[in-house]
Amino acid sequence: MQFFIEVMVGGLLAGVMYSLVALGFVLIYKASGVFNFAQGALVLFAALTFVSIEKMGVPFWIALAITLGIMVLMGVAIERIVLRRLVNQPPISLFMATIGLSFFIEGLAQTVWGTEVHGLELGITDEPFDVMGVFISKFDLFAATLSGVLVAGLALFFQKTKLGRALRAVADDHQAALSVGIPLKHIWAIVWAVAGFVALVAGMLWGSRLGVQFALTLVVLKALPVLILGGFTSVPGAIVGGLIVGAGEKLAEVYLGPFIGGGIENWFPYMLALVFLLVRPEGLFGERHIERV
Amino acid sequence: MIYREAGQFKINYQSDSAILPIVQDRMFMIGLMVVSFLVIPVLGSDYFLAGILTPFLILSLAALGLNILTGYAGQLSLGSAAFMAVGAFATYNFMIRIPGIPLLLALVLGGLMAALVGILFGLPSLRIKGFYLAVATLAAQFFIEWALTKFGWFTNYSSSGVISAPEMQVFGIVIDSAAKKYLFTLAIVALLTLAAKNMVRSSLGRSWMAVRDMDVAAEVIGIPILKTKLLAFAISSFYCGIAGALWAFVLLGTVDPQAFDLHRSFQVLFMIIVGGVGSILGSYLGAAFIVLLPIVLNLIGQLFHGAISTQFLSNMEMMLFGGLIIFFLIVEPLGLARLWQIAKEKLRMWPFPH
Repeated sequence: MQFFIEVMVGGLLAGVMYSLVALGFVLIYKASGVFNFAQGALVLFAALTFVSIEKMGVPFWIALAITLGIMVLMGVAIERIVLRRLVNQPPISLFMATIGLSFFIEGLAQTVWGTEVHGLELGITDEPFDVMGVFISKFDLFAATLSGVLVAGLALFFQKTKLGRALRAVADDHQAALSVGIPLKHIWAIVWAVAGFVALVAGMLWGSRLGVQFALTLVVLKALPVLILGGFTSVPGAIVGGLIVGAGEKLAEVYLGPFIGGGIENWFPYMLALVFLLVRPEGLFGERHIERV
Repeated sequence: MIYREAGQFKINYQSDSAILPIVQDRMFMIGLMVVSFLVIPVLGSDYFLAGILTPFLILSLAALGLNILTGYAGQLSLGSAAFMAVGAFATYNFMIRIPGIPLLLALVLGGLMAALVGILFGLPSLRIKGFYLAVATLAAQFFIEWALTKFGWFTNYSSSGVISAPEMQVFGIVIDSAAKKYLFTLAIVALLTLAAKNMVRSSLGRSWMAVRDMDVAAEVIGIPILKTKLLAFAISSFYCGIAGALWAFVLLGTVDPQAFDLHRSFQVLFMIIVGGVGSILGSYLGAAFIVLLPIVLNLIGQLFHGAISTQFLSNMEMMLFGGLIIFFLIVEPLGLARLWQIAKEKLRMWPFPH
C-alpha cells in the first residue's frame, strides 16, 4: 500500500509538470482559438535563452528579466508576422501555421544558442524527504507549488479582469470581438507574451530536470493528452488532467507494465485520454458545444 | 492560344464525365505517362531514379492517402506514419509467413491490414472532432510504434528489430535494379491515383466533402456519417499502408519501426499543406517540394563548403521549412495546386486577357 501511495504521489507531482506545459496551450487556445503546437518550441527557446544568458555571467534575476523581455518580444513578433495575416482563417490553418512556427523556433533557438546540452541549477536540491513514511521529492513539491500559484493567478486573470474578458471574447469569435472594439492585435500579442512567460517557467523547471536540450520540445507530446483530458479551454482542467495523466502513467507502468511489456509511458496517456474522450468529447472541463449529428 | 477548349464539344455522356475533358490536358497526361514509363527509366541515372523519383512517388502516395482523409473528408490526422508502418510490417509478415505468396497479393493484404487498423483508430472520430481528434490520432502513432518495437512477432524475432525485404518478384520478373524498382512503384502509384481521382469525383467523394464542410448538414441530407468517415479512414490508411510497404521494401530494403515516427507523419502533413489540401495534384506537388527542398539546400550548402557547419545547415533547414509552411499558409492557403490552377486560367486567356 505504501508503495502504491509513493508511486501515485510521484506520478501526481510529475503530472503537475505536464500541466505546466499544457497551461501554455490552454492560454493561447482560450484567448485566440489557436491550437498552438509551437508551445514546446517556446519552452525550449525560453530555457535555452535563459541558460545561455546566465552562462555569460549575468546574475539569475537579471537573466530572468532579460529572457522574459525576449519572450515578450517574441510574442509580439509572432502576432505581427504570422497571426495578423491569418485572421479569420479556419482553425486548422492556424494549427498548421503553429507547426511551421515550432520548426522555425526550434531551428532559431539552436542556430543562436548552439546545440549542446546545458545544465540548469535552480538552487533546489532534488532530495526526497519523508512525509508519514512516503518519500516525496523536494523539487517536485516546489514545481507543484509554483504551478499551483500560476494556475490560481491565471484563473483569476481570465475570470475577473477586463482584459481576461476581452481574451475570452476573442477566443469566441475573432470578427465579433473586433466589431465590439476589442483591439485584436494587442490582445494576441499579450496572450503570446503570457504564453512565453509560462513557457519560461516550464522550461526552467523541465530544464533543471532533464538538462536544457532539444528533447525539451518532446515535453509537448506529454502535455497533449493532459490537454484533451482537461479540455482545451480550462485552466483548472490542465491541472486536473495533468494529475490524472501523471498518476495514471506511473501506476500503469508499475502495475500494468510487467504484463504487456515496459515502456508504455509513451502511449498510455493517449489511450487514457482517448477512452475518456469517448465518454466526454469535450474533455473534463471543456466548454460543451451542443451539436448533434 | 494553344491551351483553349474552344470547339471541343461534349456530345455524349462519356465525354461529359471524362477525367480530363480538354484535349490538351489529355495530350499532356499521355506525354507525361510516356516520358515517365518509357523515357525516364532508360535515361535516368541510378541516383536520380532511386534517390529522387522513387521516394517522391512513394511519399506522394502517402500524401494522397492523408489528403483523402484530411483534405476531402476533413478529419485531421497526425498518425499517417503509423499506418505506413502497419502496411510495411503486415506485408513483411504476409511474405515470410505464407511461402510463395505473390508480392502484389502481399502488398494488397498489407494495405488491407492498415485499413483495418485505420478503421479501429477512426472509430473515435464519430464522437471526437477537430483538434481533439488530431491529438487522438497521435495515440495510434505512439501505440503502433511501441507495439512494433515491443513484440518480436512483428519483426520475426529479429534481434535488432530491423526487418529486411525478401526477394521481390512480380510475374516472374525479379525487381532488383533501380529502374525496375522505379517502374514498379510508378505503376502502383499511377493505378492508385486513378482510383483516388475516380473516388473523389464519385458520390463517395462528394459525401466526404459534405461531411468535411458541415457534418450536421450532411447527416440531414441523408449521408451516413458513420460509414462515410470510416471509409475515409480505411481508404486513407490503405494508401498509407501501401506507401509504407513500398518505402520499406522498394526504397530502403531494411527498415525498423523508427522509420515511421512522428516526424514522418508531420512530413506527410506538410506535403499536403504545401501542395494543396483537398487536391490530388497537390499531393504530388507537395511531395515533390518536400523531397527536393533538402536536396537543393544540400547543394547550396556544398557551395559554401567548409564555411558552414552541417549543424548550422540542418538548423537552417528547419527554419526554412517552418518559414515556408507559414509563408504558404499566409500567401496561398490552398497550396501549390491552386497556383497551378491560376496558371492554367491565365494560360486560357493568353495572349488576350480580355
